[in-house]
Amino acid sequence: MALLTKEEAQAILKKALSYSKADEVELSLRGSEGGNIRYARNAVSTAGESSTMSLSVSSTFGKQTGNASINEFDDASLAKVVARSEELARLAPPNPEFMPALGDQGPYKEGKGFIAATAAMTPDTRAEMVAKSLQAAKDAKLEAAGFLENSAGFGASMNNKGLFLYSRNTDVSFSVTLRNEAGTGSGYAEKSFNDVNMLDALNLTKVAAYKANASATAKAIEPGKYTVILEPLAAADLMAGVIGGFDARSAEEGRSILSKKGGGTRLGEQFLSELVTIYTDPYDERMPGSPFTGEGTPTEKIVWVEKGVVKNLAYSRYWAAKKGVKPTPGGGGGRGGGGGGGVIFAGGSGTTEDLIKSTEKGILVTRFWYIRSVDQQTGLVTGLTRDGTFYIENGKIAFPIKNFRFNESPIIALNNVEALGTPVRQGRVVIPPMKIRDFTFTSLSDAV
Amino acid sequence: MYLSGMGLGATMLQGIPVLGRDISIGEMLTPVDVALKKTLSDVALNAAKSKGATYADVRIGRYLNQSVNARNGNVQGVSNSESYGVGIRVIANGCWGFASTNKMTKDEIAKAAGFAVAVAKANAKISGEPVRLAPQKGYGEVSWKTPFEKNAFEVPIKDKVDLLLAVNAEGMKGGATQIMSSLGFVNEQKYFASTDGSYIDQDVHRIWPTFTATKIDRASGAFESRSSLSAPMGLGYEYLIPDEKEKIKGGPATLYKKRYDMLEDMREAAAHIGEKIKAKSIEPGKYDLVLDPTHLFLTIHESVGHPTELDRVLGYEANYAGTSFLTLDKWESKKFNFGNKLVNIVGDKLEPGSLGAVGYDDEGVKCGKWDIIRDGILVNYQAIRDQAHILGLNASQGCCYADDWSSVQFQRMPNVSLQPGKTPMSAAEMIKGVEKGIYMLGRNSYSIDQQRYNFQFSSQLAYEIKEGKIVGMFKDAAYQANTQEFWNSCAGLCDANDYRLGGTFNDGKGQPSQSSAVSHGCPTARFNGVNVINTGRRIG
Repeated sequence: MALLTKEEAQAILKKALSYSKADEVELSLRGSEGGNIRYARNAVSTAGESSTMSLSVSSTFGKQTGNASINEFDDASLAKVVARSEELARLAPPNPEFMPALGDQGPYKEGKGFIAATAAMTPDTRAEMVAKSLQAAKDAKLEAAGFLENSAGFGASMNNKGLFLYSRNTDVSFSVTLRNEAGTGSGYAEKSFNDVNMLDALNLTKVAAYKANASATAKAIEPGKYTVILEPLAAADLMAGVIGGFDARSAEEGRSILSKKGGGTRLGEQFLSELVTIYTDPYDERMPGSPFTGEGTPTEKIVWVEKGVVKNLAYSRYWAAKKGVKPTPGGGGGRGGGGGGGVIFAGGSGTTEDLIKSTEKGILVTRFWYIRSVDQQTGLVTGLTRDGTFYIENGKIAFPIKNFRFNESPIIALNNVEALGTPVRQGRVVIPPMKIRDFTFTSLSDAV
Repeated sequence: MYLSGMGLGATMLQGIPVLGRDISIGEMLTPVDVALKKTLSDVALNAAKSKGATYADVRIGRYLNQSVNARNGNVQGVSNSESYGVGIRVIANGCWGFASTNKMTKDEIAKAAGFAVAVAKANAKISGEPVRLAPQKGYGEVSWKTPFEKNAFEVPIKDKVDLLLAVNAEGMKGGATQIMSSLGFVNEQKYFASTDGSYIDQDVHRIWPTFTATKIDRASGAFESRSSLSAPMGLGYEYLIPDEKEKIKGGPATLYKKRYDMLEDMREAAAHIGEKIKAKSIEPGKYDLVLDPTHLFLTIHESVGHPTELDRVLGYEANYAGTSFLTLDKWESKKFNFGNKLVNIVGDKLEPGSLGAVGYDDEGVKCGKWDIIRDGILVNYQAIRDQAHILGLNASQGCCYADDWSSVQFQRMPNVSLQPGKTPMSAAEMIKGVEKGIYMLGRNSYSIDQQRYNFQFSSQLAYEIKEGKIVGMFKDAAYQANTQEFWNSCAGLCDANDYRLGGTFNDGKGQPSQSSAVSHGCPTARFNGVNVINTGRRIG
């Protein structure tokens, strides 16, 4: 039931809309069905199926808005949630930044995010995939912990200005950690796709096994500034938050890394290395996104940084109206800062191995962990390396090294890029392996 | 006997949604009828047993959230959400299975129970050792409620809006250029039943007022922020009614025990930010740290709370949150020096006002309090029913929690709290004994490795201590340490008068990730010779 068809979703939304007495009402119905299986110590630990659906209602009188949500869909519950949002709206003070809802903004392109094979996964198919991963771990005499999850979801929106939107999406993600018995080596791999046919859990387990064995007996080396090669996963960990800084309002109000001393922003300026181009594109085959935003605006490809120059900032409808510019679809925060879809870092060509070959002395980072913001003014973050870190000498991996804590700004790192490989999808980012000079490691960690 | 309650009531319910009536905000807290929840629970338990489950538990949950947000003097949103459904967990063929639904009819619940058994049987084929549950007696029909004075959901929205707008106005009057503020309220109405014979009805309340105020100096391009020094609490709206007896005055910031003065905190925050912009950038090196509970709670959470979670120790979190350096051999030795002998840390699910306080956990175990670190030595962990045998315990420690009816319950952190010192000591007296140090207040940046050895923390406020006196404010200060070295450097604890709770609504763990709310009590504490780095950088 959770995965409603367009017609079923429309019927519920129409019914809810019929109870509305507000000047404006926006309804959003979302549902997903899926399951997961989690394993550790070479055995299944927990597994479950979930089916959820919820309706959010936003009612407005004048500029007074109230929101309420519910997960029951009989007529009385629909009436209740609409009434509750209206009750809250009447109690809320006027919001001077309120923007009226949009009518139909179509035509919309067709979304590419729904794959029937992913939606059709069952507890048995998940158990079969995990069985292969467990066998590979046992064959390598390593201990596995992993997680496989798939979901199929839909989203439908309606308002009293004539807007109705419906889309579906599927996701499958798999991650696995292999550790040796002595606890001296650990390896990890993860991938996410819309299409389960692209997921090879067995091969990913073998990659993690290789790293677990290769990272054992790590040596300690001094913290300091090093050239690093970031595998795509490590690059995604470090860079995924960068695009969130492209919000126009915070830049123009002086509280962003893109604010300039004395006022103004860095729009149009050379901000990053010339090797760096960053964009969002919901129609990219590697990582399809939704053809429209929650407000009903069609999504589009947006280039944020081209050859290091800031090309766009994300404008919400309110801020755009105030500044007299065109709003960015989905602008004003959230993943991608606007435009729809995940973040894509353009790259060059070649693999992580090619970057290693070009490096005289450096450190290969396969994964980062626990990255947290330290200073918003410089984008400085701290975090640690995890699950396999290696010293590179004369174009080859020389030996595994102990994990480091780093303190570094991704913005500084993107100014210090020396080379980029071929981008691949890693979670909700498409990103290449990166070679970066002068990366700051500040202390050693004993963690494996 | 306890499974025979599926009588006339349940039969009549078939096909009829349980929450089918229109309710207003004031009625949001009217719980679902307990008799009805018992009937529905028995449907699930009976169905699970008939499909082959050797154990089953059912959680019927109604989760209410209310939030009011204001930014720069404008209310950005008022929202109420409600989530209602049932989660059923079973053991079949020695393996766990779980399924959930929000279709609260007899047929749908029975179907979900059957599905949970099917999941368990599918996984049993590739599973290892069968699940071993610690014995647990049934409690029959019992109930528990958060002790509070004023139900936050009954307080009119207007009062909440008025408070936030006054707080915003106070900040702007003090020169803040950006203010984000919010009030959050949670009510978990949880019903638990199991094949052990428990039927437990609980009504859990939490509150979280918070803000961040920012000042921007356009000329220099600098900006600084200060967040509130409040704590999320397991209390009602009374937490927001200021009480002078619950304040600690005399230091550079007013500090709050079980009542919070949001207006006063904002007034002081606005003044602090001005000082922060002009503050001296710290010289890196070794300092003695005096850490206030508004800051230290998070260091306890990350460096003591997480590594003593038994599931991490055993490897169940290896693929996500990580494992732990506190391996079983260290516990078995009974002499692992986690910290200085001053350090006594308890696991506690009882402390009034704390976020973790409940009567029973989410697998029907009555909650308690126990030592984790005693006189500096690791003596225990945090465990649930299927782990108790590993520690040689004949009962669970009651640490099982699920963040929603649709989530599988698993081992979560209880309140993990540092006990106050026995010698009378205030923070002001502690500072007098410090030659070169930093007095840190408020939570800020935090990061720790996956086995909980190496961490880095920074604070909202950092004051330079020179020869026993606070002489000014530092900026760009963060300390890095190794957990065991840090806790062994503990050189003093303030007394019970200084003991306060800090906490978080959003402790993440598990796959799929679940969020839990947990408090950490502690007094102001001193740590000697900790490595402090400078986090300042320049861009462009």
